Amino acid sequence: MGSTITEKILAAHSGEEQVRPGQFVMARLDLMLGNDITAPIAIQEFRKLGAGKLADAARVVLVADHGTPNKDIEAAEQCRVMREFSREHGVEHFFDVGRGGIEHALLPEEGLVAPGECILGADSHTCTYGAVGAFATGVGSTDLAAAMATGDCWLRVPESIKVIYRGALKPWVGGKDLILYTIGRLGVAGALYQALEFCGETIAALPMAGRFTMCNMAIEAGAKNGIMAPDAITDAFMHSVTSRAYQTMTSDADAEYARVVEIDCSKIDLQVSVPHLPENARPVGEVGEVRIDQSVIGSCTNGRIEDLRMAAEVLKGREVHPEVRLIVIPATPRIHLQAIREGLAEIFLEAGGALSTPTCGPCLGLHTGVLAKGERAVSTTNRNFVGRMGHPESEVYLAGPAVAAASAVLGRIAGPEELP
Amino acid sequence: MSALHGRVHRYGDNVNTDVIIPARYLTTSDVAELAAHCMEDLDAEFVKRVRPGDMIVAGENFGCGSSREHAPLAIKGAGVGCVIAARFARIFFRNAINVGLPALVCPEAAAKIQSGDELVIDLGSGRIENRTQGESYQAEPFPKFLQQIIAAGGLVPYTRRRLATR
Repeated sequence: MGSTITEKILAAHSGEEQVRPGQFVMARLDLMLGNDITAPIAIQEFRKLGAGKLADAARVVLVADHGTPNKDIEAAEQCRVMREFSREHGVEHFFDVGRGGIEHALLPEEGLVAPGECILGADSHTCTYGAVGAFATGVGSTDLAAAMATGDCWLRVPESIKVIYRGALKPWVGGKDLILYTIGRLGVAGALYQALEFCGETIAALPMAGRFTMCNMAIEAGAKNGIMAPDAITDAFMHSVTSRAYQTMTSDADAEYARVVEIDCSKIDLQVSVPHLPENARPVGEVGEVRIDQSVIGSCTNGRIEDLRMAAEVLKGREVHPEVRLIVIPATPRIHLQAIREGLAEIFLEAGGALSTPTCGPCLGLHTGVLAKGERAVSTTNRNFVGRMGHPESEVYLAGPAVAAASAVLGRIAGPEELP
Repeated sequence: MSALHGRVHRYGDNVNTDVIIPARYLTTSDVAELAAHCMEDLDAEFVKRVRPGDMIVAGENFGCGSSREHAPLAIKGAGVGCVIAARFARIFFRNAINVGLPALVCPEAAAKIQSGDELVIDLGSGRIENRTQGESYQAEPFPKFLQQIIAAGGLVPYTRRRLATR
């Protein structure tokens, strides 16, 4: 019997010929990631281990992206802990304000994640890197601490769910709509402890940005990892960011799956997930009359240049509704600069939007767009839990960049086809 | 392992880490401060009601969402002795084991236990006795691999031992 791509990567990293779902392995890690929320506790626990030094400083990445640029004194202290630890231990991949941006957009851009690799991150959206055909999963701070000391981590080999996407996408529909629709089908616990393997002709035609968006939200179905087989699009992306070698793995034809789900993409409209779970996905036309106070375009889910281009296409020559605050956040400084060079920044500012420096800020209600009591936002981020973007009585509607931009203009949740 | 004795605070499905400890409190890792805001956006009265040794019982997918270890730290800091759920989100489950917060998987208990029920739990055997309803339930045993980590006293002592043998 064959193996899935997830099983092959875990076998290759644990010195096993083949691994099976349910098996526990000690997997060698190619990369370990922490941010300014999770790294301070990881560093505290790392010191308790008495290891003295990192297993391999070159494989540790620390990114100051959540409470940055430092939103208050406490956030500043958390970043200082990471900065000092990086200096003390020779962590070259420490990314500070102006040099980094949102971790899950940054690491692929820096060529730090590659096909066939095994990546652990103290952030739930670490699963994003499955888009390049890597095994990548989120953990907490203590797991990161142990991994930084040993260079490996215990993992239970997950069963895999194969999701096959067929058919051409409707206008404006992208990776975000596919993944919201998928989470709607599976439910927020539908892939708990399992690998979500995305494949099919629609994925084969999907650009990298959409692939990152989809794998990013695998965790919102409870999955351990999201993953896609590397192909020519992956190789072209990898060659554009790094010259290092990598090993491509793909699932065998006779690999075993816990479940196979088939999705006809030609029938999928622009999606919106209504409060308070990502699984509450529906076509934008079925959301009803929902006035909004804020629209956020950015995050590790949809802050890439392709997302900003889509938003700009909708916003060009239009104005943001007088009662809406539009906040656009390029995910990395490189994307920010690209948005300026391509004239996208001008479009956002002329429309009446605010253009922010890279940060995770509003996605988790930390800063740069926190909602007041009773306020409502449409957002290209990944979670719409109670209080996620601010006050516990505020609401978040999840959507892709086209819907977020069109809604900003109309003052209510709508797709671009409703624009005059 | 010792027996736990306490009263139940019952919650539903998909209790996420954003409501267990809202992100606005993540700029600290001080356990007492985190504990003061535990469950705040789901049940603002929880921190006033909770007594040392109490239990949280919930349904499906407890602890879904963010990887913040602050969530089990806040629950443990609030004095909660054990969390029982039909299923846990995987990162929360790892974190709970790692910070020493007992997390028991028991769909039957999750379905039957009510708020205010008095429980006695034997962590060694996974036996959950409901003194209020006069029933008992059996939690799923931890996988053997995890038992080694628990027996070592958590991931930090377990890893310390691994490092020492290198």
